[in-house]
Amino acid sequence: MTPSISVQPGSVRATRMPRRWWTFALVAPLLLFLLASFIVPVLMMLSRAVTDHELADSWPKSAAALSRWDGEGLPDDALARTVAAEMLATRQAGTLNRVANRLNYDVVGSRTLLYLTADRMAAGAPGNSLADLVRIDPRWANRTYWSAMRHAAGPLTSYYLLASLDRRIDADGNIAAVSREQAVFVDIFLRTFKISLVVALLCTMLGYPVAYLLASLPERRANPLLILVLLPFWTSALVRTTAWVVLLQTNGVVNGLLEQAGLIDAPLQLIYNRLGVYIAMTHVLLPFFILPLYGVMKGIEPSAMRAASSLGATPLTAFLKVYLPQTMPGVAAGAIIVFTLALGYYITPALVGGGADQMISGSIAFYTNQSLNWGMAAALSLLLLIPLLLMVFAGRTMARTVPA
Amino acid sequence: MKRWARMVATLGLTATTIALSSCGSDAPTRPLTIVGWGGSSQDAHRNAYWTSFTKTTGIKLREDTWHGGVGVIRTKVIGGDSSWDIVQVETEDLILGCEEGLFQPLDWAALGGRGAFVPSAVHECGVGAMLWSYLIGYDGDRIKGPGPQSWADFWDVKRFPGKRGMRKTPKYSLEFALLADGVPPAQVYPTLRTASGVDRAFRKLDALKPNIVWWSSISQVPDLIGSGEVAMSVTSPGRLIVANQTEKRNFKVSWHGNIYAVDYWVILSNSPRKAEANELLRYMTRPENQMRLPTFIPTGLTSVEAGKRIDPRYKRDTPSDPANMTDALALDGDFWVEYGDQLTQRFNAWVAR
Repeated sequence: MTPSISVQPGSVRATRMPRRWWTFALVAPLLLFLLASFIVPVLMMLSRAVTDHELADSWPKSAAALSRWDGEGLPDDALARTVAAEMLATRQAGTLNRVANRLNYDVVGSRTLLYLTADRMAAGAPGNSLADLVRIDPRWANRTYWSAMRHAAGPLTSYYLLASLDRRIDADGNIAAVSREQAVFVDIFLRTFKISLVVALLCTMLGYPVAYLLASLPERRANPLLILVLLPFWTSALVRTTAWVVLLQTNGVVNGLLEQAGLIDAPLQLIYNRLGVYIAMTHVLLPFFILPLYGVMKGIEPSAMRAASSLGATPLTAFLKVYLPQTMPGVAAGAIIVFTLALGYYITPALVGGGADQMISGSIAFYTNQSLNWGMAAALSLLLLIPLLLMVFAGRTMARTVPA
Repeated sequence: MKRWARMVATLGLTATTIALSSCGSDAPTRPLTIVGWGGSSQDAHRNAYWTSFTKTTGIKLREDTWHGGVGVIRTKVIGGDSSWDIVQVETEDLILGCEEGLFQPLDWAALGGRGAFVPSAVHECGVGAMLWSYLIGYDGDRIKGPGPQSWADFWDVKRFPGKRGMRKTPKYSLEFALLADGVPPAQVYPTLRTASGVDRAFRKLDALKPNIVWWSSISQVPDLIGSGEVAMSVTSPGRLIVANQTEKRNFKVSWHGNIYAVDYWVILSNSPRKAEANELLRYMTRPENQMRLPTFIPTGLTSVEAGKRIDPRYKRDTPSDPANMTDALALDGDFWVEYGDQLTQRFNAWVAR
């Protein structure tokens, strides 16, 4: 900005500056609103992916002592005593669950161990040394629990991000893969991208001819058709998905028609599998592809095609060499919008997909609403956001390089 | 200038409205809120208790629904959100929440003493709301002749072709898998406490997996069975029996190898309306009131006296009928408190594969 201003005559600059401030003042309320209601909350939520404060807040002395411990072998009696004292104190204050649940994310069974130990100490068992704790429960001689506590001492943590990639830090401090039975997120991430890609391709194949038809028809006839595209666009995705459940179910409309027509003997499985997800998501997202492409096609001068024909091009050549390249910005914009929206879908796969068709947003919703592990929800969101930002960036670059 | 004045006035009015409406959601002015499991179970409670409670006491009630999970309550209590007062919870959520101090310990003397209830309905923090079972439900119009008689039949997709509805939780799914694999009811939880037993349950589930339609809310079950989407489903009998009465369906249930459990009423420890909540609990547990519930949905009663006085025909489709309980299994809440997180993690990963 600055260099372009500096080459302009001073008088112009003087008259432009106040106007720029004036425009800024006009958008300032919206900017402030976005900052307060969107950007700050999103950043606060995402920060949970890398911060760890449950243990440090509830057990401040233990957190400090755990951070000082080198993590080699088993902790000394002083550390065990500090942890035991704060464990008992938080149990009696009713706040032990915060630490217990945080540790249980990492090492399942920690929750029971902490409650059992605290209750035994409340009943009079001593907790002055590591040996005392081991007498209460032999699991305290297992380094896994202590190193999990050390990693949870905060203030920063890699636990959630690693767990989102099916990795964890083992007792020796190395990054290791979680057991095959628990590994799930890498698969779901790959599946999410695959489904989104397929849906974007399906939308492109189905939407391009429709947009072309809409753009080439005279307005009188195009408008009613446009309404047909817009009507589902204005209907909620939930309603449209539920409608697909009615259509696709085993004894639903589609199977009924096919059977009556004698095309099939037994009902096809069209729902609660990947096919159902593709069908419903493509339908729900199709208007997002057609509308931007229609806008671009409307802007293309028909004279260009006529010129190509008069220069001897066949209709196919004219379409491929003259028309298609001009529509590419619309195709790219539509496909990227569909792809990015599809990445975040979870209602549609949840309703028409099976267990193995759930997308990453379903996991995020599970951690947000069901298990209330917001650290995991934030880490998964962060990992979903990075490719999303790359897509937007790629889309902008593509739109610039494609000839308009 | 005039336009400006009008705009300022509008803005002021909007701000006042927002301020007023946000006051409206403040804890002391909202009505007593009770949270159930939706569908016909919630309807039955409304018809049996809530409408008449409001009529006799003048205390207004607001309803909400949920699908369980102590984490939801934890966030509400720790996060300072006090939009719920009384919640219907499952056994392991009761144990966990009580241990963590999320629920108010109950005044048992005011409820008529612990002896007035069946033993499984009495807990420091909760009083039994319903006594019910999970079992096999199917549509008698689609499966004619002898229906499924065991969990082995539930797994047998050759004899009974079609999908199977199951609740998307490891709880119940793993137990039923072991029962289908021939483990006697008394050995189910001892087997699940071993690593090889858990592997065995997952292997058995693997065999059925391509045919399973998972449901998350039990109110989906009558639709899944009724539309023929699934040939049979894990269900509680009440909702199907209610559908038979109200929608003239021909749903049937098989009690073999059912798992029975108690749902409890709890009062959240941060409820601002504990006095009214206690009054509602007393109202819902009085024998003469509790006897109304089975007329709306088949359920076992938790009040001893109500169980004695109720017309025996209301026991027919409930765990209170001994004929239904010959090979039944009691849900082990302690097992799920201890292993719930671990098995949920593995189960979710398994479902997603």
